[in-house]
Amino acid sequence: MYPVSELIKNLADQHGRNRHNLLPILQGVVEQEKYLSEYSMIEIARELDLPASEVFGTATFYSFLEYKKMGKYIIRVCKTITCSMKGKNQILLAIEDMLKIDVGETTPDGVFSLLQTNCLGFCHKAPAMLVNNEVYTDLTPEKVHDILNSYLKKQKEGGSHDN
Amino acid sequence: MTISYQLKRADFIFKNQNDWEEVLSKSLKRTPQDLINELISSELKGRGGAGFPTGLKWKLTSEISESTKYVICNADEGEPGTFKDREILSMVPFKVLTGMAVCGHVIGAKEGYIYLRGEYFFLLPELNKVIREFDYYCKEINFDFTIRVFMGSGAYICGEETALFESMEGKRGEPRNKPPYPSNYGYMGKPTVINNVETLAHTYTIFKYGAKRFYDLGVQYSRGSKLFSVSGDTPKPGIYELELGMSLADFVDEFGDGDTKAVQVGGASGFLVPRKRFNETAIGFQGKLVGISLPTGGSMMLFNSSRSMFNVLDNYLEFFREESCGQCTPCRVGCQQLLKGIKAVKRGEKNTRYLDKLLRLTETMKLTAKCGLGQSVANSFSSIVENFREEMIY
Amino acid sequence: MTEKIKITINGIVVEVNEGTTILDAARSAGIIIPTLCYHKDLCIAGNCRVCVVEIAGQKRLAAACATPCEEEMEIFTNSLNVLHSRKEIIELLLSEHNADCTSCFKNGNCELQKLASDYKILKQDFIRLVPFKKYSIDKYSPSIIKDDSKCIRCQRCVRTCAELQGINALTVAYKGDQMKITTFFEKPINDVVCSTCGQCINHCPTGALVERNYIEKVWDAISDKTKHVVVQTAPAVRVGLGEELGFGPGERVTGKMVTALKRLGFDAVMDTDFTADLTIMEEGTELLTRLKRALVDHDPEVKLPMATSCSPGWIKYMEHIFPEFIDHLSTCKSPQQMFGALVKTYYANARNLDPEKIVSVSIMPCTAKKFEASRPEMHSSGYRDVDYVLTTRELAIMIKQAGIDFMKLEDSHFDRIMGESTGAAVIFGATGGVMEAALRTVYELVTGRDIPFKNLNIKPVRGIQGVREATIRIENPLTEWAFLDGVELKCAVAHGLVNAKKVMDSIKSGESDYHFVEIMACPGGCLGGGGQPIPTNPEIRRKRSEAIYAEDAGMPIRKSHQNPEIIKIYKDFLENPLSEKSHHLLHTHYTPRERF
Repeated sequence: MYPVSELIKNLADQHGRNRHNLLPILQGVVEQEKYLSEYSMIEIARELDLPASEVFGTATFYSFLEYKKMGKYIIRVCKTITCSMKGKNQILLAIEDMLKIDVGETTPDGVFSLLQTNCLGFCHKAPAMLVNNEVYTDLTPEKVHDILNSYLKKQKEGGSHDN
Repeated sequence: MTISYQLKRADFIFKNQNDWEEVLSKSLKRTPQDLINELISSELKGRGGAGFPTGLKWKLTSEISESTKYVICNADEGEPGTFKDREILSMVPFKVLTGMAVCGHVIGAKEGYIYLRGEYFFLLPELNKVIREFDYYCKEINFDFTIRVFMGSGAYICGEETALFESMEGKRGEPRNKPPYPSNYGYMGKPTVINNVETLAHTYTIFKYGAKRFYDLGVQYSRGSKLFSVSGDTPKPGIYELELGMSLADFVDEFGDGDTKAVQVGGASGFLVPRKRFNETAIGFQGKLVGISLPTGGSMMLFNSSRSMFNVLDNYLEFFREESCGQCTPCRVGCQQLLKGIKAVKRGEKNTRYLDKLLRLTETMKLTAKCGLGQSVANSFSSIVENFREEMIY
Repeated sequence: MTEKIKITINGIVVEVNEGTTILDAARSAGIIIPTLCYHKDLCIAGNCRVCVVEIAGQKRLAAACATPCEEEMEIFTNSLNVLHSRKEIIELLLSEHNADCTSCFKNGNCELQKLASDYKILKQDFIRLVPFKKYSIDKYSPSIIKDDSKCIRCQRCVRTCAELQGINALTVAYKGDQMKITTFFEKPINDVVCSTCGQCINHCPTGALVERNYIEKVWDAISDKTKHVVVQTAPAVRVGLGEELGFGPGERVTGKMVTALKRLGFDAVMDTDFTADLTIMEEGTELLTRLKRALVDHDPEVKLPMATSCSPGWIKYMEHIFPEFIDHLSTCKSPQQMFGALVKTYYANARNLDPEKIVSVSIMPCTAKKFEASRPEMHSSGYRDVDYVLTTRELAIMIKQAGIDFMKLEDSHFDRIMGESTGAAVIFGATGGVMEAALRTVYELVTGRDIPFKNLNIKPVRGIQGVREATIRIENPLTEWAFLDGVELKCAVAHGLVNAKKVMDSIKSGESDYHFVEIMACPGGCLGGGGQPIPTNPEIRRKRSEAIYAEDAGMPIRKSHQNPEIIKIYKDFLENPLSEKSHHLLHTHYTPRERF
């Protein structure tokens, strides 16, 4: 884990410092930090010689480039039509019940954030959700319990390797 | 009079890709003109939903004299109910890469990109491995063509071709004015061919077997086969390769659960076909078929009689309201008005005649919106409201 | 050679150059297609969809501003489809807009209002969306007020701040129904990198961006019998004010403006042009001092080129973007601030007034001047040097409120002792004007002769090109200035901050070897300033520019150093340029600011 400014410099060295390199750099920061802080955006602006407002305007366009502080594991439950038909709300209730947070919130210990997202492309195995970059399908409330517990376990074991 | 085109399965896309090296090297020995003619005679049309003739697209781009050109594979599959491109990239990625490389040969491009939606990040390690192997082979046969993956970050609108270019250029994914079209002014302002994943996989079939094998499937104006992503109230959800031109009635016979009330063809941007119209609807591209012929990216969602069409429409409008880029007035404000409008009618806050005002609004959106998203909202809105008006009212 | 093609619009056959947009082609045929996001100064956006037209053979309507004509195109600008769609789009915009016109600053000059009026949107059935959004009004800046609830998201302000000014204070953020125009992390505009130039206000079609107005405060001051209210007027105001009060663009209304101000109740109506002349004296001397340090003393610390400092938008820009170069800026205050400092000292003395009772008001074509007046260091008189700054637009509002029939007014003269000026002063309002004024004085100071340009019109520094250069060769100077013999004085002029950047980049890289540069933040110079009448476009600015130079040509005295009131103020009060008193009252320092 690099401090953010070093991470940004490395990403810029790796991808380039042109405008068309902006998105991979934003993604790289989100990958490690889980979100883009004001500081990160200003550092990116400095590194790429872009106005800070442009970095902000571009980042806020994309749903997966969070600009508010997020937990270590971001849960994104699909809410588009087929998943909705197949029980997305029950899945949400199960998660809300287990983690004691609502959609849009993060657990106080900073481990999980709960969000909704649009069609993940697993409609034939609905309902589906993402936890960071991993996809989970054919969900039931029980399955969700198991999945989230496995993350809690990983977290307790000091899992610094996450997906 | 019913259409009696039967449901016919096909098996080209997922068939083995092991001979990709041979297909690639053979195709690269042919002239660009020869390859273009093959594609044109196959009558392959884009499989992402827009249905533009692929041969013509490659031809137009090849005719521009510019030293830098690009080939882009649009893997930003985001249409609700569509999941076929993911499967193609997992199972037969070499076909897609081969298609891209041959395109590069035809139009004179040395760089290819796959714009992969952020939600499919888990595909990346395997895909990168495949690309490395592909690059290696290209170097071996002295073909100057490099493929890279560009990751998206969660924006449905980036599936629109010009929005995709904007995104790749590090900007907000806001669609551009057309003209100019991508064949003249695409990624970085250079001539670009942008094709859907499935379209490229079909070009592989055509280059391997020849145009006739492809052309023989399907019907007039809708040649060849297509992958369909089937989901919803069906005992057989999944991906199926079928010949184009089939009647929806046959489709429902095969895939329905016996109680199918309606089928959404083409995702949220497509049309909802009620049971009474199954017999007179065929799946293909606009042409001289009897009845309605519907273009589609292949998303087929089945709803049985337990489903509320109001909830379905509400879900679609929520989707559009969020995913619209927000640039142009008819789409940005129109989607909000439609969503609030149907809710107000349902709650009895607005008269049912307000639905007619909303229908007229969707007509305006169809005529004036800047890109396909705004233009297509009318499709699902009008087909649901017109066929299930009673479900929209308090 | 561009090809000519034939198209038909509403049945009229028109011949145009290939590539002309439908919008331009229609205008050449006398057909006006309404627009909102389109602006002559900016790149094409094509997002409001108000200008849609029908093209024969095409299913969808096309945006006239963004679609090029093609041979044999058949276009209909008023078909039923078009009229219906256009009305519906206006209705959609109104549903997303805080349409409380009667309490809006732009009431009467709003493009959305005009469209709603032209198309008679009498029935508005759509659901009002404004109550459902969390809108905020940003009133923190001394210059600009931003009201989200009136924004129609045409993005003209964003494009202006990006293309004309290169600052990008404003950006488009989020998407879908959340899409809005805002700043970095939605901070108040005061807290981000913004030059306060107000070009965004000039280009905003609605009341989403307006200036912070001080009209009530000025009325209060005027009505207060215990206060002595002094007003100064900038050069660019006199060629723009008429547009708000019934005249066409580029009408010279100087005399009427003075009469109107007197009728409003100001106790003294004086001229910023006076301190413009003063600025030339101070800045000219400062330039010569720096040149001496460079060429005679070979002082390595001297900063050349020297840059003008009368444009506060430019100053703030420098402070943010090129803080390491702020010592290149002339230490002279702007004419407005010099005037403010002198009103409460020199003028107060001369008129035996208690400076505490003086209220100093200025009429400016500029919104950055509001910010400048609020800068903490602008207190050299012992009081706030300029109390209130009104834009040209605000003055017009006051004149209308006072029931003055502006067009019928007689001319009047400015009051003494800070009301006389020269042709060199009035050209401050145009880009290149400060440079030209300075050269007229400096050249004569150094050689004893008139600068060798016909009628003193230094054409090379005039014009609308973004960056202009001129080289003035000094020959046979007076003995005192012998070190300048043969020196080629290299000058550069730029207007619009995006061009300022070009000049600064060339200075930073060492590519250029200028001695003196003039930068105006606004396109066209002050005549195109953020406080001038709306609308603005290249044609209007051209007419205002012609008026300014005509005003100059018509003045009896055309060189700053020959202004008798200037000679007097040095004799009676300041002693000489760069004296200690001048330093205290007329010079200032700058503050480096954050780059992001």
